[in-house]
Amino acid sequence: MTVTQRYRWLWKPLVFVAALTPALLMLAGAFGIAGRRLGADPVEALLLTCGKTALNLLCLTLTVTPLSKLARLPQLLRLRRMLGLFAFFYVLLHFTVYLVLDRGLDGAMIVADVAKRPYITLGFVALLLLLPLAATSTQRMMRRLGRRWQSLHRLVYPIAILAVWHYYWQVKRDVTEPLIYAGIVALLLGWRLWHRRRRTPVTSTYGSATAPERT
Amino acid sequence: MGAAALGAVGVAGTAAGKAMPEATALAKLRAPRNARFVADETQTSFEDITSYNNFYEFGTGKADPQRNAQALRTRPWSVTIGGEAGVTGRYTLEDILKPHALEERVYRMRCVERWSMVIPWVGFPLADLLRRFQPTSKAKYVAFTTLHDPRQMPGQRAGWLEWPYVEGLRIDEAMHPLTLLAVGLYGRVLPNQNGAPLRLVVPWKYGFKGIKSIVAIHFTERQPPTSWNLAAPDEYGFYANVNPAVDHPRWSQASERRIGASLFSATRPTLPFNGYAADVAGLYRSMDLRRWF
Ligand code: HEM
Repeated sequence: MTVTQRYRWLWKPLVFVAALTPALLMLAGAFGIAGRRLGADPVEALLLTCGKTALNLLCLTLTVTPLSKLARLPQLLRLRRMLGLFAFFYVLLHFTVYLVLDRGLDGAMIVADVAKRPYITLGFVALLLLLPLAATSTQRMMRRLGRRWQSLHRLVYPIAILAVWHYYWQVKRDVTEPLIYAGIVALLLGWRLWHRRRRTPVTSTYGSATAPERT
Repeated sequence: MGAAALGAVGVAGTAAGKAMPEATALAKLRAPRNARFVADETQTSFEDITSYNNFYEFGTGKADPQRNAQALRTRPWSVTIGGEAGVTGRYTLEDILKPHALEERVYRMRCVERWSMVIPWVGFPLADLLRRFQPTSKAKYVAFTTLHDPRQMPGQRAGWLEWPYVEGLRIDEAMHPLTLLAVGLYGRVLPNQNGAPLRLVVPWKYGFKGIKSIVAIHFTERQPPTSWNLAAPDEYGFYANVNPAVDHPRWSQASERRIGASLFSATRPTLPFNGYAADVAGLYRSMDLRRWF
């Protein structure tokens, strides 16, 4: 198999199934399939699982470029779009659970939440910033936007920071986990700064660190 | 029978424990239901009540207390009574409980984190206990302390709160007929993760006021410090009355999720004083509840 075939028929389907698994498990839990339960507080469980999975996928998306460079595996970039879109998918689910199941579509309360609660404001801004990225994730948009596509998609850096900050602020007391995520995001973004500073334009073998996926 | 028997049967409760205790592993208590104090709502299941807990002494995750509290030794246990009272001293749990007849009361419990349960407690009014120690006219408040023993309570090795956990009530709140000292739930001895062997239940206040595994009760003239208030004074007040109109700085308190309800009907409006306004609103008549949250 060529690299392209291997990615099309093996790696991409594998990553697809892996990224969809948390959603399938939540679905099974919600409907009691295969004896699964969402626990004592099912709405909270869905909210937290979606939020955590979104954050995990966001971090994974940001790991693709550094890993492809360090491991000299440029083809890894082919997986990046799918990971990014799945992160967006879980943010949307997270938001929907919040709107419908947790706040019961109470418009006044939701507006007040977004306006007054800093952690919800941060999450909401992150969600808004993700929209243009998802909308311009197709090949066609990539070609149409050209260089501007790259600049636009650098929005993922502030999104990651907002997401971790959002997590940190909603925790009641034990901030261990949000701090671990903060460390991971700092590492991933720090690597880019360091890499950009060090890089001389011609020696870059794989194109820019943020090059769009080419298939 | 009743409370007097608890000392003996309680041993069975603690011995039950390495694995997760099934309801049947906990000793039964005889406690007739007090019909005056029964919330007419679907009771939360024993499984949910005993597996979804905030008890930071055993970890900050909701499942941590069930996992980590089983080794807690609740016998022998003693409670120190002190401060502004005619009778003070250190008493065994058996002495504390002996004169009191146990009863069952079904109360709503509203956590400050926006979830709620309906729990059939077994216990007796705190007022009955306090009167035995003859509080003086200087006793304006009652302060409670949880056991401090990091070997048994692994969460106390972390610094998320100052240990030991402390709580307090104004004396009129403490003497109110709704205020309960609980020793059991669902007709059985209190599981360790729910605050065995002795815990406070104040149904019109947020759950964190319900201090668990009590080892000291003091009558004081000044308002005593309380753990969550010390940790974040702008977020958790001394009074902590359930109030849908006063938001937590980081989230609205206008609604809550009922534990064990179906996914699509879990969220319900929160009631002033958790639905006990008719009984307790009078205690706060002249107070600005926004200021004294
Ligand atoms: C990029 C976007 C977002 C990400 C990555 C994200 C991620 C997270 C994470 C990781 C948590 C904590 C989960 C845990 O404690 O295990 C969380 C909690 C939460 N998020 Fe988000 N979130 C995002 C956007 C939003 C938006 C737009 C809203 C609503 C407007 C929202 C509402 C909430 C709420 C209410 C909680 C608290 C759950 C609770 O403790 O009850 N999030 N989020």
